[in-house]
Amino acid sequence: MNVLNFVNAFFSDSAHWHGYDGIPQRLLEHIQYSALALALAAAIGLPVGLITGHTGRGGNALAFIATAARALPSFGLLVLIVIVMGFGLLPVMIPLVILAVPPILVTTYEAVRTVDPSPVDAARGMGMHESRILFQVELPVALPLILSGLRSAAIQIVSTATIAAYVSLGGLGRYIVDGLYQRNYEKVVGGATLVAVLALLTLAVFWAVGRLAVSPGVRRR
Amino acid sequence: MNGFFDGFFDIPSDLQHSYQGLIGLHLREALLPVLAGLLLALPLAQLCVRFRWLYPPVLGATTVLYAVPSLAFFVVLIDYTGQTELTVMIPLAVYSLVVLVPAIVDGVRSVPQETLAAATAMGFGPVRRYLQVQLPIAVPAIIAGLRVATVSSISLVSVGTLIGNQGALGNLLADAQKYDRPELAVNSVITTAVLAILCDALLVLLRVVLTPWMPNGTRRRPKPSTRQKLPAPQDVTR
Repeated sequence: MNVLNFVNAFFSDSAHWHGYDGIPQRLLEHIQYSALALALAAAIGLPVGLITGHTGRGGNALAFIATAARALPSFGLLVLIVIVMGFGLLPVMIPLVILAVPPILVTTYEAVRTVDPSPVDAARGMGMHESRILFQVELPVALPLILSGLRSAAIQIVSTATIAAYVSLGGLGRYIVDGLYQRNYEKVVGGATLVAVLALLTLAVFWAVGRLAVSPGVRRR
Repeated sequence: MNGFFDGFFDIPSDLQHSYQGLIGLHLREALLPVLAGLLLALPLAQLCVRFRWLYPPVLGATTVLYAVPSLAFFVVLIDYTGQTELTVMIPLAVYSLVVLVPAIVDGVRSVPQETLAAATAMGFGPVRRYLQVQLPIAVPAIIAGLRVATVSSISLVSVGTLIGNQGALGNLLADAQKYDRPELAVNSVITTAVLAILCDALLVLLRVVLTPWMPNGTRRRPKPSTRQKLPAPQDVTR
């Protein structure tokens, strides 16, 4: 009756390790959904956040958009979109992207806006073009904070991507939803463990990216 | 020809609640956990402030808990608390706790050393100093955390429908599919979003009331060091 026993039973069952419902396959699907959603959210959130942060305008509008997007319930949105559009990958991507855009957008805006103004002024005085100021001065300094926004978005996506299983797609949510209907707690607990481990791996990946991408001078602060 | 919004408020009888009843239920299932999370987070955060070594492990443990999907959390708890409201509320309280602890720790830590020294010099004991100096100054950070926790909690209650009609307004989602009535799903999403926005606005109002010394409304751009941050970047909605 212990959760750890369930975890142990799930992972030691060799039937869970291969085939279309095997752990490697489900893990791969989960990573694919998460990566796609994060890429789409970053494609929306990063440019808008960088530009508004650079100009320093539109902060109130961004805060409003972020609050509104946060207020939309992911699960309700998923069910609604599936009812309207039918099954598929797109109905899953929409709630995930809506979920992930606010943290990316707001943190990027804050990160670029709060960059120490003196190096920016120096760069402008040296005659650097505005786009070069943004990418060569502000971006490197703001990078740690921008990465933290991407990180929290990624973790939310990883744990929310489980809802894809509810509308008959794959991913680690399969174990949780199937286990729920089969009254198979072993499967549910196993699926939840896998999602939590994947979230921790995401943390580790972002830590590694931070080590590689952030310049040592910025990191020391 | 029926319009899309016909029967918008015509709640199926299997839910045993009126529209208002569902809203009340939803608010109770969402807000009680946030309150519980706050009551647990305050002492835990104070411990983390007092004993610095405690903070990294607490942060690590809460990050792991935060990563557990809500549905999995619910299903695992069914074994212990059955298909009840409590099963939905416990995970929500945990998520609130996870959001609030860092918010409170950062808020309390941001109180300047001189302010604390001044309070001590005025003869404040540690308890009184905490209640009358540290906590009020940390209010904006705590409210920022509460806003994230409240909004995500309101949105997550809906997932409770999957464990047998424990999702209040989320139950409308299941019924929308069961009876092929998409307007119920629209109702659920809109009502949940409006509730979240209203609660968020109330918390902003509370912040303005509790911190009369802070400028509100459209702030002029302050110096970089004192700039006000937008609400905490972490937020949950699973």
